[in-house]
Amino acid sequence: MTDIPGPARRTMTDFDIELRLLLEAIYLKYQHDFRHYSLPSLRRRLEQARQDFCVATLSQLQDRVLHSADDFSRLFGYMTIQVSDMFRDPGYFLALRRNVLPVLQTYPSLKVWVAGCSSGEELWSLKILFEEEGLAERTLFYATDISPEALERAEAAIYPVDRFAGFSQNYLAAGGKRTLSDYYHAAYGSGRISSTLKERVVFADHSLATDEVFLEAHLVSCRNVLIYFDRPLQDRAIGLFEHALVRRGFLGLGSKENLRFSKRHEAFEEFCMDERIYQKR
Amino acid sequence: MSDTQRKPFAPPDFRPHPFDCVVIGASAGGVEVLGQVLPSIPATFGAALLIVMHLPPASPSFLVGALGSRCALPMSEPDAGEPILGGHVYIAPPDYHMLVDTDATVALSIEAPVRFSRPSIDVLMESAAAVYGTRLLGVLLSGANDDGARGLAAIRAAGGATWAQTPSTAVASQMPEAAIVSGAVHEALSPTALATRLAAWPRLITG
Repeated sequence: MTDIPGPARRTMTDFDIELRLLLEAIYLKYQHDFRHYSLPSLRRRLEQARQDFCVATLSQLQDRVLHSADDFSRLFGYMTIQVSDMFRDPGYFLALRRNVLPVLQTYPSLKVWVAGCSSGEELWSLKILFEEEGLAERTLFYATDISPEALERAEAAIYPVDRFAGFSQNYLAAGGKRTLSDYYHAAYGSGRISSTLKERVVFADHSLATDEVFLEAHLVSCRNVLIYFDRPLQDRAIGLFEHALVRRGFLGLGSKENLRFSKRHEAFEEFCMDERIYQKR
Repeated sequence: MSDTQRKPFAPPDFRPHPFDCVVIGASAGGVEVLGQVLPSIPATFGAALLIVMHLPPASPSFLVGALGSRCALPMSEPDAGEPILGGHVYIAPPDYHMLVDTDATVALSIEAPVRFSRPSIDVLMESAAAVYGTRLLGVLLSGANDDGARGLAAIRAAGGATWAQTPSTAVASQMPEAAIVSGAVHEALSPTALATRLAAWPRLITG
């Protein structure tokens, strides 16, 4: 969100000026740093928030947010809440199962960091994978997000039961060895992830924008999180992953995320590019 | 608009390329039109082409496979962060919104579908309007919903140009019609006219 380069340089709109000031205010007041989030998505989210808050401008929204922690919590939801699917992009989980887990098998104990875990769908997918490949007992999962609400949802691990049909298809496409219904209990329109899967998971509030490395990991899975960051923040996050990973540790990204555009790409080599799995050098 | 800046020594048939970027939205019945328009665009085309085509989430690379070999311009489903280059065709990957970032790179998002669509034509067009302003052309093709009407309006408001497929030539007329009724469209054109107009632009010569 620094200067707009080259031919795209135009006078900033009032909306963009107000947006920048709002992010600054949020950072100064609440220490949540959205200043390096990707602008086009921010514009959409904040325009939506502006309409829902029934205010004319982002300046008025800033006034509300600055003077009411409740209003900030409400706005925070617009900035953070993402929904994913279990086993979204089944090929990714299949590649982990076939190519990455056999390597991880050689370690006596393992740590996995699910960065930006949101409401937890991906975490549980990975847990199932490790369970089926016999690694669950020796693996500790760290699931982090900046949103306490998302972490609560992830920890509760309850999803609308109608979503499980799609999850189940993905699970089978990801090489699932049993049936997904072995891993959740359906009741009253909800599916609840079974409690055995919930063992050996640590949930923690962690910001890729402002916090530091807190563990040594063998696998970092961070999918479709970096796409909402600008390049400097992407580089910061990738730097954190680099420092968290053991030598030859693995980094999994979203299917359209590519380290090629990061200046830290040399710290990694491509392990399975079809599924955007990298290995630390 | 750019005519006043034309350099006096330019040869008579030289016209600066009027746009840096063309964004195209298509839905039901739009593949056929794209199949007519894109292959007629010559390799010298100077602007970047960004396309959102509504497809079911599980249909990867359909357009690239169907049209890539018939087009003179290179075509791909971009990764997030890819620089947007003139003379390239970028197809929104299935199940992602595609946006233009402020540094003229591709941004992708898996935020919720907008009016039931991901990728959404409005999302692409609104983000492109904010970056390219007057140097943007928005084109809305056949479709059976009203995606794109807000997007074209944003392009027009930012000083860009807006075209829609003539509803009578569209397999599904609702989408271009909705945009026309909303007053967002400068010109309604048949697929043949669209192809001719786009193909007629010379390559932009940049410094």
